[in-house]
Amino acid sequence: MSWFKRIKEGITTSTKEKKETPEGLWHKCPTCKTIIPTKDHETHMYVCTECGHHDRIGSAEYFEILFDDNRFEELDADLKSDDPLQFIDTKKYTDRVRETEKKTGLKDAIRTAGGDIDGQAIIVACMDFKFIGGSMGSVVGEKISRAIDHALNKKVPLMIISKSGGARMMEAAFSLMQMAKTSAKLTLLADARLPYISLLTDPTTGGVTASYAMLGDFNIAEPGALIGFAGPRVVKETIGKDLPKGFQTAEFVLEHGFLDFIVDRRELKSKISTLLRMLKN
Amino acid sequence: MNFLDFEKPIADLLDQIDKQKQIGEKSQVDVSVSVRQLELRLAEVRKDIYSKLNPWQRVQLSRHPDRPYTNAYIEYLTEKEFIELHGDRTVKDDKAIVGGFGTIEGRTVMIIGQQKGTTTKQRQYRNFGMANPEGYRKALRLMKLAEKFGKPVITFIDTPGAFPGLEAEERGQGEAIARNLFEMARLKVPVICIIIGEGASGGALGIGIGDRVYMLENTWYSVISPESCSSILWRSWDYKEKAAEVLKLTAEDMLRLKLIDGIIREPLGGAHSFPEEMFKIVKKEIISNLNELGKISADDLVKMRIEKFSSMGVVRN
Repeated sequence: MSWFKRIKEGITTSTKEKKETPEGLWHKCPTCKTIIPTKDHETHMYVCTECGHHDRIGSAEYFEILFDDNRFEELDADLKSDDPLQFIDTKKYTDRVRETEKKTGLKDAIRTAGGDIDGQAIIVACMDFKFIGGSMGSVVGEKISRAIDHALNKKVPLMIISKSGGARMMEAAFSLMQMAKTSAKLTLLADARLPYISLLTDPTTGGVTASYAMLGDFNIAEPGALIGFAGPRVVKETIGKDLPKGFQTAEFVLEHGFLDFIVDRRELKSKISTLLRMLKN
Repeated sequence: MNFLDFEKPIADLLDQIDKQKQIGEKSQVDVSVSVRQLELRLAEVRKDIYSKLNPWQRVQLSRHPDRPYTNAYIEYLTEKEFIELHGDRTVKDDKAIVGGFGTIEGRTVMIIGQQKGTTTKQRQYRNFGMANPEGYRKALRLMKLAEKFGKPVITFIDTPGAFPGLEAEERGQGEAIARNLFEMARLKVPVICIIIGEGASGGALGIGIGDRVYMLENTWYSVISPESCSSILWRSWDYKEKAAEVLKLTAEDMLRLKLIDGIIREPLGGAHSFPEEMFKIVKKEIISNLNELGKISADDLVKMRIEKFSSMGVVRN
């Protein structure tokens, strides 16, 4: 009956001798649970090598992925939000912004920059989800508006990387009007026949989807990204039943005809580069 | 007649006047003096109530069941010379948005607006004024038609929001609204937008890019309804009054913030109490604006429209 006999002794390490695994050394994929060293995860552009899951990343990472040698000139970096409505919910809006600034080192939910992709000049605006859910307020609208002006002045293409829960409620109607503002400005870019590439990443919903994110000459997305107008919870409440599998994923949106293609992050730069070259030749 | 909570004193007085009149008819007694007194009192009470409405009360008025909807305005403005045009030419005809060519004092205009229903059946038929993507695409098709024939566009905005349904997502609600914002910004004819009831978020803005954007006195316009705002920020619907306040969604707030071009005053007692008077006021505004905008070249209109919306927002350097 050796089954019931303990052959190995079990854990014998004394508490004193136990070692802590240092934080951040390993990355565990949230989908397939594969564990790899964080350094490797970075070199794979935060995409799981096993299942292809795309982790959410910010503007710093996208700029590094896209711009040649990570060289770029940040535009209008000092723009910050004001509080025209003196908005207070559970805390003051100004306090919320200040805390988020401290926590993230960012000034708002978008950064814009000029640089080269394989030697081709471009303006890139990239949203940061960790700044109040990537919400669109006056600063996001103004920076996009100015990014369009920069593109017009330099006669170069524009790329906007969206990652946002939608409008920023604490700026109420101001935030709503950023939809009108950005869309109106994009008509100028269209008149000048300058290409506009819109990359939709996880998640892109609400007022951002209902304005600049869906207005690209090319609407492209990362695999598996949540893309929609109404959030899934709201849709579920409206129809009163569970949502079908894959609802509002990039693949779903592609299938319904609102995206040009889905691009793996590891091929993003070369795809954009090819597209830009084709439009120039 | 339906009355809101805070309109109760008005309802009571109207009731008393009715009773007096009935007594007068039945018993041949002269009641004219007491009726006149009651009417004077009614005017006072109305003035009192309507001169100090809080934001939440304005929201309630904007949804008043007796408030005139788009079709009522169309009927009055065009004196029934109106040809409704249907369909987005792709999927179907959205009943939540109506549109067509009509004549206002000899002038042909394109009128488009969200339509709510007046009975339960009609409300369902109109989907409570919540449009699907095909509604926005129908609206855009009609605007392009107006542009082609050089006719001004007038939109009436009254919606609790774009419909958040499953099919709406499948057919690209976001894209439909985005496309309208883009195309309306560069429409080469005058565009006048009037919020006649609820102006809820992207669903309202989707037909709301105009050279002139007006709000009727008792309407609201914001990024979210007070109820939803309350449920997101305070995790409960109980703070809707507070949400209505902090959102700064009234016509006065919106004008002060320079996010709209003007306020159209309602008759004392609200559009729902005196719809005919309301129609008259709106008609006058539309005509004077058409006259003004008619003098501006198409290119200048577009340029000024884009500049106006581009300047919205407050940032610090």
